[in-house]
Amino acid sequence: MDLLEYQGKQLFAKHGIAVPSGEVAKTVDDAVAAAEKIGYPCAIKAQVLIGGRGKAGGIKIARNAEEAREHAGAILGMDIVGPHGEGPFRVDQVWVEGGSDIAEEYYASVILDRGEKKLLTMVSAKGGMDIEAVAAEDPEALVKRHVDPTREFTAADARSIVADAGLAEDALDEAAEVLVKLAEVAREEDATLIEVNPLIATAGREVVALDSKVTIDGNALFRHQDLAEIADTVDDPQEQMAKEKGLTYVKLDGNVGILANGAGLCMSTLDVVAQAGGAPANFLDAGGGSKAEAIVNALEVIKSDAKVSAILFNIFGGITRCDEIANGIVTASQQIDLGMPLVVRLDGTNSEEGLRILAEANLPNLHQEKTMLDAARRVVELAGSVA
Amino acid sequence: MSIVVDEGTKLAVSGLTGREGSFHGLRNKAYGTDLVAGVTPGKGGQDVEGTPVFDTIAEAVTEAGANTSMIFVPARFAAAAIDEAIDSGVETVIAITEGIPVLDMLNTYWKAKEAGVRLIGPNCPGVLSPGKANVGIIPAQFFDPGPIGVVSKSGTLTYQIGNELKQAGTGNSSIVGIGGDPIVGSDFIDILELYEADPETELIVMVGEIGGDAEERAAEFIASEVSKPVVAYIAGFTAPPGKQMGHAGAIISGSSGTAQAKKDALEAKGVRVGESPTETAAIAAEMLRSL
Ligand SMILES: Nc1ncnc2c1ncn2[C@@H]1O[C@H](COP(=O)(O)OP(=O)(O)OP(=O)(O)O)[C@@H](O)[C@H]1O
Ligand SMILES: [Mg+2]
Repeated sequence: MDLLEYQGKQLFAKHGIAVPSGEVAKTVDDAVAAAEKIGYPCAIKAQVLIGGRGKAGGIKIARNAEEAREHAGAILGMDIVGPHGEGPFRVDQVWVEGGSDIAEEYYASVILDRGEKKLLTMVSAKGGMDIEAVAAEDPEALVKRHVDPTREFTAADARSIVADAGLAEDALDEAAEVLVKLAEVAREEDATLIEVNPLIATAGREVVALDSKVTIDGNALFRHQDLAEIADTVDDPQEQMAKEKGLTYVKLDGNVGILANGAGLCMSTLDVVAQAGGAPANFLDAGGGSKAEAIVNALEVIKSDAKVSAILFNIFGGITRCDEIANGIVTASQQIDLGMPLVVRLDGTNSEEGLRILAEANLPNLHQEKTMLDAARRVVELAGSVA
Repeated sequence: MSIVVDEGTKLAVSGLTGREGSFHGLRNKAYGTDLVAGVTPGKGGQDVEGTPVFDTIAEAVTEAGANTSMIFVPARFAAAAIDEAIDSGVETVIAITEGIPVLDMLNTYWKAKEAGVRLIGPNCPGVLSPGKANVGIIPAQFFDPGPIGVVSKSGTLTYQIGNELKQAGTGNSSIVGIGGDPIVGSDFIDILELYEADPETELIVMVGEIGGDAEERAAEFIASEVSKPVVAYIAGFTAPPGKQMGHAGAIISGSSGTAQAKKDALEAKGVRVGESPTETAAIAAEMLRSL
């Protein structure tokens, strides 16, 4: 789960890392009121879960109320596309914070290095810009060091990293302290990625986190009540509905609805549909169950996406037998009016029996296939081109 | 031979008294796995259909001779259960549980390394050595004994490929589900190393997916350390960046962890990568015939 900039900063503040104070606003009037309270100059910053906001025009400095109104008006409601084509993300709230007197912009991060199975700290004196570009052009400018998993990460460890990165001499102690606290945030808040770009030294030589990018391990939310509440707020209506029904669903932008049992098989189903010339509308792992209720829930989520014009249910029965699943599908289709073709591919344990049950039920709009490839071709044909 | 589990496996199941644990533990036993103990704190002295239950894994080792531990414990207690297993004296720990906090696994990973205990999973379907032992939730009916070693991040995808291999008339030395979490006890390379050393394994099928760099590391390892042919499949070409695709580890971060990058890395080292599970099984069967 990713946090918005201001949520990440609140987490930083909780651990004693200096951040500018500010307020969230959802309307232009509220943004101006916040700016008036905070004073000028202030920064008006789009709150979306994607990087590259500054470049996209989502971050502006206001020197007076008039500018605050102008910038908030421009930023609220804008669409931001991420550097890797993610989104677009509609801006529905801004963070208004006090303007900092920036002397230097640094970069600091603590991430979980999956390959090495260690936390990795990275620091650079060249902050404020795209760090992947810095790493590509001038690899020496980005100091990377793993945290020894067998002992504590100390101020001395941190100081040697920030010193090697070439931060200003008079900012070293404070920057080291920030790095120790970032590692503490990782450990204590179950953050798998924490990026501060820029971490600044002010003219008054204070070290302040001016931006935040934080990812929290969704599996650890049970021990973080405050963060679990954030996780409950999902923007996308289908993703919200799936969450309420306890389903693993990811919205995509095609017209072929997808339901499969198992995460790997589901990903593979999306790929095979794409290879057949189709555009998947979603990822939905139906899990191992065969209950009609679970199938109805899943189909309701998929169907509520107006773009979907046909659905593929790809099942490989293992311990859950295909005949049980077929019965579940028959019952489900009596409870829900899909209004579009449903292609079912049944393979695995008792698949012959499952296919027979489906054939006998003779459901309108239901098409059955024995292989994944045939099912993918069929559903793509039935879905037609994307509207 | 086969790897990780076989006729010598003496299994203790943590969570055998729970619904899932008893269902799968007893299935494993019915398959022929030597189930010697269940472990549930506070339930020592009871039994589950004749299998004695102990309070601790250490007791299952000393009293019942367990050498392999399977963890079927709810996520928030699972890391502690794995840690207990590591300290108990078993050689192998297979953790099925999904949803363990990854930073807990980070500690547990190093603990297992230090103790020299082989950890498989978490968030995995377990290990099956056809005709010998099944530890976990893999439906054994899709797999016959044979020369192909399978290693996979995904359960259902493995069953799919296994079934096609069976229909092609071949079978498996072992099937190892390494798990779909960001940090797992054994990576592709750990299992590839075991298959390379296993005389019964003639060919290896490796099933990866988006996220992390385990497949890229495997490509390097295959080039330098594996003499047996490897066929791979990668899932997630259509996955968008920044979205977790079911498995906690299946996520493209920025531009890293994509299916294309993994496929490219493998192909650059001469590993054939199938377009679909069906094609992957077909390539494996065909390569086996020409060995
Ligand atoms: N409170 C502030 N006071 C002064 N300048 C600021 C403030 N906040 C941001 N800036 C300036 O704007 C730049 C961009 O801000 P920030 O790093 O928050 O967004 P970004 O990096 O463009 O967005 P993203 O994190 O989405 O990539 C900073 O490098 C800094 O120069
Ligand atoms: Mg930034």
